[in-house]
Amino acid sequence: MSAIEAGMSIPPLELAPISRYTLALYAGASGDHNPIHIDSDFAKAAGMPDVFAHGMLSMACLGRMLTNWQPQAQLRKFSNRFAAITQLQDIITCSGTVVELIDRDGERLARCEIQAATANGEKTLIGEALVAL
Amino acid sequence: MMLDRSKIGHAFAPFTAEVEKGRLKFFAKAIGETNPIYLDEEIARKAGYRSLPAPPTFTSVLDQESTEFLPVLKLLDIDIATILHGNQEFEYFSTICAGDTIAVECRIVDIFDKKAGALEFVVMQSTYTNQNGQLAARATSTLVVRNP
Repeated sequence: MSAIEAGMSIPPLELAPISRYTLALYAGASGDHNPIHIDSDFAKAAGMPDVFAHGMLSMACLGRMLTNWQPQAQLRKFSNRFAAITQLQDIITCSGTVVELIDRDGERLARCEIQAATANGEKTLIGEALVAL
Repeated sequence: MMLDRSKIGHAFAPFTAEVEKGRLKFFAKAIGETNPIYLDEEIARKAGYRSLPAPPTFTSVLDQESTEFLPVLKLLDIDIATILHGNQEFEYFSTICAGDTIAVECRIVDIFDKKAGALEFVVMQSTYTNQNGQLAARATSTLVVRNP
């Protein structure tokens, strides 16, 4: 593996289209039983077009991208804001770039800008990760 | 209706959660995980983990082990149909693995509003301490409440 340096890309991760099955499975596995993600009637009554993906499902996939790239034990910080709702059938791609190398608490860290986006290019998650080298 | 700002600083009832191997495998399946470190304990051990590691967002799953689902809703009288997840941050100090018992403590650190109260924000911070008394992770989560 080549040395990590500013400007390099993290290998992206493209996900399968978001389905109701994906959301039901995530609701069960995560314990997040908020009906807005699994019950269409409830979602529509709440003013949404339909059920939509858990933000934490997309964040978990951003996490997969990071841990595919570097071992989890190297991960120091991982954050994002949820910039847009992920709808049914959206095809999400997770990507990221090393923006700089910094020193913190005696460690050399790669500061990475990370994001999840739909096939139309709308950013759904925008965040940052600090990974120890 | 504005959320009760006097609840800033409120600490929710602490609880402990066991990190179960089966739950980790179910979670890995749900997020489409293919990295064998999260699926095969032998491979995880060879990679230096004590057992299957809990992936980076798994502490959010531990949050759901509290006796009440999203206790913040009742505390602040929030309708679940109005909430969105605004922001999430994790800091890691040691990797949580299957077999760990994690003490979860969560408190409200801020409540504020934007757009003349149309959106309100509840910021919660949680700590996850393992059975050896070691702080494993800290999470900061922002809930958005859409006021009608």
